[in-house]
Amino acid sequence: MKIKLETNAVKRSKWYEFVIRFVFGGLVAATAGIVAKQFGPAIGGLFLAFPAIFPATATLIESHEKRKKREAGLDGTRRGREVAGIDAAGAAIGAIGLLGFAAVLWLSLAITPTWLSLCLATVTWAVLSFAGWNLWRGKYLKTLVLKMKQRTHTLFPSP
Amino acid sequence: MTEFLVRFVVGGVVVSIFAILGDVLKPKSFAGLLGAAPSVALATIPLTIARNGRAFAETEVRSMLFGAIAFFCYACIVSYFLWRKNQPALLVTSASLLLWLAVSLGLFALFG
Repeated sequence: MKIKLETNAVKRSKWYEFVIRFVFGGLVAATAGIVAKQFGPAIGGLFLAFPAIFPATATLIESHEKRKKREAGLDGTRRGREVAGIDAAGAAIGAIGLLGFAAVLWLSLAITPTWLSLCLATVTWAVLSFAGWNLWRGKYLKTLVLKMKQRTHTLFPSP
Repeated sequence: MTEFLVRFVVGGVVVSIFAILGDVLKPKSFAGLLGAAPSVALATIPLTIARNGRAFAETEVRSMLFGAIAFFCYACIVSYFLWRKNQPALLVTSASLLLWLAVSLGLFALFG
């Protein structure tokens, strides 16, 4: 499966869907600051890895897939939830990258300029996430092929 | 007040950029990586350093390690209930936020 850019997805989105995510993102960033001020940076820092827009994104994916299937005359509820689940599986891999981001930033912040620390940490996130996704995809495809072979064998047993 | 307003605007913009990128990328499992992008950290760390200094930011980033582990647990549970158990997205993703909070605070209490 190739990685593609599908710009039509933006056209399908409604204006309020962008507003919701902007507000959620802004609220989490502001809350992290308020918590850090009230309870100290150690507690406030936890919110730097808060799943900020995840509920909004998953709900939007579910409703978009439902809408697409309904246009084709199908229910789409099951498919919508599956696609949102696949997106969440990707986020789990991205979270490993996020852990790498935090580790590199924590170790480098004291010895390098801020911009360089942030660049190094972001590159770490991207590399770990991409590598993790490739590993997972390979394993996932292998399992899928194995299952298909088993099903074919059950349907058409060899003599 | 101005500080939190700036955080709100910058955070909203950075999170929205990653969200739009996630919308246009295919396949969905790849786009999902952006759901765990360090958008809030990228938006707020430079502001924190400018206002409170490096030591303050370092403490925040150390705690972010616990938050990231909690994020991983959160995303795994959400994926399981949506993909395998076919539960409603809003219910699963919202209820699981309590799990994120419990795991991150638990790790902080143990190792913080």
